[in-house]
Amino acid sequence: MTDLRVNLAGVMLKNPIVVASGTFGFGHEFADYYDLSELGAICAKGLTVAKKDGNPPPRIAETPSGILNSVGLQNPGVDYFCAHEMPYLKQSGTKIIANISGNTLDEFTELAEKVSAAGVDLIEVNISCPNVKCGGLAWGTQPESAAAATAAVKKAATVPVIVKLSPNVTDITAIARAVEAAGADAVSLINTILGMRIDVNTRRPVLRNNMGGLSGPAVLPVAVRMIYQVACAVKIPILGMGGVASGADAAELMLAGATAVAVGTALFQNPYAPIHVRDELQAYLEQHNIPAASALTGAVMPY
Amino acid sequence: MADLFDCIISTKQTFGGCTELVLQNGALAACAAQGQFLHIQCGDQTLRRPISICDVAGDSLTVVFEVKGAGTEWLAAQQVGAVVNVLGPLGHGFPLVCGRILVCGGGIGVPPMLLTAKGAEAADAVLGFRTASREMLTDRFRAVCTDVVVMSDDGTCGKQGFVADGAAELLKKHTYAAVMACGPKIMLKTVAQAAKKAGVPCYVSMEERMGCGIGACLVCACKTTKNGEEGYRHVCKDGPVFAAEEVCWDD
Ligand SMILES: Cc1cc2nc3c(=O)[nH]c(=O)nc-3n(C[C@H](O)[C@H](O)[C@H](O)COP(=O)(O)OP(=O)(O)OC[C@H]3O[C@@H](n4cnc5c(N)ncnc54)[C@H](O)[C@@H]3O)c2cc1C
Ligand SMILES: Cc1cc2nc3c(=O)[nH]c(=O)nc-3n(C[C@H](O)[C@H](O)[C@H](O)COP(=O)(O)O)c2cc1C
Ligand code: FES
Repeated sequence: MTDLRVNLAGVMLKNPIVVASGTFGFGHEFADYYDLSELGAICAKGLTVAKKDGNPPPRIAETPSGILNSVGLQNPGVDYFCAHEMPYLKQSGTKIIANISGNTLDEFTELAEKVSAAGVDLIEVNISCPNVKCGGLAWGTQPESAAAATAAVKKAATVPVIVKLSPNVTDITAIARAVEAAGADAVSLINTILGMRIDVNTRRPVLRNNMGGLSGPAVLPVAVRMIYQVACAVKIPILGMGGVASGADAAELMLAGATAVAVGTALFQNPYAPIHVRDELQAYLEQHNIPAASALTGAVMPY
Repeated sequence: MADLFDCIISTKQTFGGCTELVLQNGALAACAAQGQFLHIQCGDQTLRRPISICDVAGDSLTVVFEVKGAGTEWLAAQQVGAVVNVLGPLGHGFPLVCGRILVCGGGIGVPPMLLTAKGAEAADAVLGFRTASREMLTDRFRAVCTDVVVMSDDGTCGKQGFVADGAAELLKKHTYAAVMACGPKIMLKTVAQAAKKAGVPCYVSMEERMGCGIGACLVCACKTTKNGEEGYRHVCKDGPVFAAEEVCWDD
């Protein structure tokens, strides 16, 4: 029997397949399709202190092998999440990761305190959202501010903290090192890559927000490269994501250095995508006589 | 219950500038309701394409669509016997109400009103087209409706004028339990105004670009007011059909 379990910053996941923040809501919708306990972990939709309406539509544009989104962190606010969504998620039989996003350091601390108390297993700190004007990406583009946000969360968090890195930077390893030094227990990458599309007939951007974040198969090679670079630069584990749609894609991110892998945009084509990715990963491991999924992490043989 | 279904195309026709496909899948047909939609995988496009259910009969479902871009072009190129993968049926469709209803369709908003008209105790229809060559399905509406009024922008078929003009006329003639409409936003807005003037509840089917189709990704936002509070609800799950008075039209 292949051992699919992986240890992500001290939290044991039953398999390495996680669902990415913002693509899985708070889980309800997918429970109609399969038992949520099949997943390694659920990363919930990004939370802010106050409820957020998000950006005006259209919020999605298709691109070659990918999509742009400009949802803008629409969410009911952290208090609502703790009171109304956590009880449901807690009994889902899988690990829960809260994804939090603050405008100020105090907000990061407040969010960390509240979701810790609500019983999440891990916290993912979003310092890389390209779709909000204030906060979001601003935190993740400089090592100093990224470290400050990490420290603000660590101050109040009672569970391991994952810091989600932006690919929209010149040197992602500098940010990764800074958040590691500030106490991050893990990093996750990549968030979406800033992009734009224009309707050539109307000369209008397809997204009402003009720009949005690119995800899906198109970003997979960028994710592989950045995970590889970050794995070489830090000792803390990596939750990898970006364009994963098959077991082979997941294996690729793990070989590059990821301990666990999140599936996001692939859910839009097929709600069963994470289950298929998990089964295909298991088949790959069996085919190659690899006894444990964890053996893949960082096992690339670079030239 | 919504799920992924493989459907075999059993019939294909073109009319009014649109393609009609009849899809065979008993399990899918058994749970489909009026005003719901199918999220159809079109070749290897990253996103599925939302297409309304036009009709359901036995083991088959009918969809009627217009070629807009790469996805619908792929779908229109599929031949009888081909298999298409469908996620559905999705969304909250038109409510079932007691009594006579008025269905209003404009352009590619006409097809979804057929099943809605069929499901009513009694129904009248106002169908709007740009021009005579775009007219479609009117005979099928005549088979299930009492009064069918055809309107066209240029007067080449039916009466010249807008769907809302036809609706206003019928609303004066008969008493309706509800008005139900699908079409361009401006048509929905004017039909809703006509219904409001007549004091008849109105339901409208909204359109927005979609990702997941099931309510998880929050991309298909539509501004509405509910219990006095303005905010975004989601066309794929809360809709596509909304009570007209809840829609923020000028957004
Ligand atoms: C609930 C609902 C029901 C619909 N029912 C029908 C129907 O019965 N018949 C029909 O002809 N059309 C219908 N549409 C519109 C149809 O979904 C679009 O015409 C189609 O997605 C265009 O895809 P494309 O690849 O041909 O065009 P492209 O322009 O290449 O598509 C690019 C992207 O934009 C999206 N998109 C483009 N136009 C629309 C639009 N008007 N609405 C939503 N997404 C859009 C596509 O889904 C795709 O993700 C419906 C839309 C919704 C939301
Ligand atoms: C519609 C949508 C919403 C997203 N919302 C969030 C969010 O709230 N917080 C966050 O950290 N990342 C968010 N992301 C980014 C994803 O979690 C993920 O990092 C990215 O999409 C790359 O993975 P993928 O290619 O598998 O989708 C969102 C992505 C999409 C497509
Ligand atoms: S398309 Fe994902 S929420 Fe509507």
